[in-house]
Amino acid sequence: MTSTVRTYLTRLLPQLIALTIILAAISIIFPGFLNLQIQNGRLYGSLIDILNRGAPVVLLAIGMTVVIATKGIDLSVGAVMAICGAVSASLITSGHSLAETLLVTLAVGILCGIWNGILVAVLDIQPIIATLVLMVAGRGIAQLITEGAILTFNDPGLIYIGSGSFAGLPMPVIIWLVFGVLVALVVRQTALGMLVEAVGVNREASTLSGVFTPVLLVAAYVLSGLCAAIAGVIAAADIKGADANNAGLWLELDAILAVVVGGTSLLGGRFSIAASVLGAIIIQSINTGILLSGFPPEFNLIIKAAIIVFILVLQSPRFRAAFQFVSIPRAAGKPTEREAK
Amino acid sequence: MKQKYLPLTATILIFLLSYALCVAQYPNMLSTRVIGNLLTDNAFLGIAAVGMTFVILSGGIDLSVGAVIAFTGVFLAVVLEQSSIHPLAAFALVLAITTLFGALMGAIIHHLEMPAFIVTLAGMFLARGMAFVLSIDSIPIKHPFYATLKGLYFKLPGGGRITLIGGLMLLVFAVGILIAHRTRFGTNVYALGGGTATAKLMGVPVASTTVRIYALSGLLAGLSGIVFSLYTSAGYSLAAVGVELDAITAVVIGGTLLTGGSGFVAGTLVGIFIQGLIQTYITFDGTLSSWWTKILIGLLLFAFILLQKGIIRLSRNGRQPA
Repeated sequence: MTSTVRTYLTRLLPQLIALTIILAAISIIFPGFLNLQIQNGRLYGSLIDILNRGAPVVLLAIGMTVVIATKGIDLSVGAVMAICGAVSASLITSGHSLAETLLVTLAVGILCGIWNGILVAVLDIQPIIATLVLMVAGRGIAQLITEGAILTFNDPGLIYIGSGSFAGLPMPVIIWLVFGVLVALVVRQTALGMLVEAVGVNREASTLSGVFTPVLLVAAYVLSGLCAAIAGVIAAADIKGADANNAGLWLELDAILAVVVGGTSLLGGRFSIAASVLGAIIIQSINTGILLSGFPPEFNLIIKAAIIVFILVLQSPRFRAAFQFVSIPRAAGKPTEREAK
Repeated sequence: MKQKYLPLTATILIFLLSYALCVAQYPNMLSTRVIGNLLTDNAFLGIAAVGMTFVILSGGIDLSVGAVIAFTGVFLAVVLEQSSIHPLAAFALVLAITTLFGALMGAIIHHLEMPAFIVTLAGMFLARGMAFVLSIDSIPIKHPFYATLKGLYFKLPGGGRITLIGGLMLLVFAVGILIAHRTRFGTNVYALGGGTATAKLMGVPVASTTVRIYALSGLLAGLSGIVFSLYTSAGYSLAAVGVELDAITAVVIGGTLLTGGSGFVAGTLVGIFIQGLIQTYITFDGTLSSWWTKILIGLLLFAFILLQKGIIRLSRNGRQPA
């Protein structure tokens, strides 16, 4: 048991260190940053805010991690978020119950995932291109559902998902915590996670050794679609309306970035959901930190670009070959090869 | 050998057929005015798509195009507003910047052996971020030289006009076709798309070709940004969001294989025309909403990917017995 904990800690160490440094830096610039207070039985504070604001990207990153582990990528998650937000808003305003609305919305997300999965697994299209179809068409479909307007609603149940609180924490935080733990358990307590990694390392070899690759691939994209559906409901509930144009816009890129920051290689193979969640939190901390510290938000994108380039250099095969005698940075940037061995 | 031309033929047939259908419903669409507007409205997209064609032919992808267009526009607007430099000098300066930017991305892709997708994603963040840092406002460009350039056009019979930017797009396509099929660089691009290892064994200079491909894409994205600033007479850091996707879509609809190695620059031009035609039809119709454009283009994209898959499968089956 202690050895499992230790492996987890070593795996997550770079991300934890990065997060600590960022949080420390922000609290130096902005002293009240780490304060937490309880009002009306609910926790308030910048830290809680980071966890809450980061909810959509965290959810997307969970699904994206599994898709990237299969050597794929899902560009459509932002558009799926818009579709699902539109579906939930239009169902709830046309008088359906909350349970029906949520069920249908999640089903729509799963359908989008099945579509992507079939394109990748059965028709054998490259994932970037296969999911590009839904990315291009998805926003159009979402606008078709909302008829071009921003659909607003005031159903208290649906709004609760976006801005309510449970056990002192905001509802979105509870949702991603529970969902993330569930997915991690399902993937790691069964052989599924290992099979996904096998497909990512070498799809042909795993098919030949008896892994039923198509079903696994479709399942990965279904998970991603489901995550996008939940994120879409949260985003819509948060603003009490479905905005087909802006809901989830460019979040697919943030989710991919979160996975990369989490140390999962884009070339497929070994993955860690916890590390991707930490990656998403790191990105959100940077966003919040830039806002709080009074830096113009314009620098946000440049800082993100700098982070990507830094991580790319760490992950690049040439860099690692040159610094092979340093052991800790290797563990940080090199998840796939250790697994392959 | 004929299989090579099948996607291109399909694209041209679809364009002619849909244009005929449009004309059958709205006879006014068969006028030089509509064709002239089609060229002007899609000029910036077309120029960016030529660069994208080369990148995709080589088996890569460039997501930074839209951000580079926005950066170019903001850069021009800020420079022209705050200094007395002549627009032509500013054009040369910004083209040098974007070309270097593309070359840098190409160098990172080759030397760090990272996927083009994630490197150009970082490039997209960087270019968009630089645009934001320069200015977050939409800055109008009021330089008299811009008015002169916008006033230049070639009159077609029937009242249509080929504007400077529309003509420039056609010129870029012509040069692109020449580069792709008549130069050593073009042959190297096709070879690279067929497989890096094979290309290396054939003696293709992989490093310099990769750098040049992305430099070319950067140069054309910069040129596209200049055209876009002429078209809108303003620079805005949130402009041209998603143009890279439109460009990729045009390339795919134009029959270029996304795995690289096969396709034509001319096909991309037809791809641009098909997208423009859908938009024009929706404008003519008036009752259809603009979101149908996205759905139709998505469907077309899907259809062409299926077509490509079918052709690849056919050619494999054809080869096996031999």
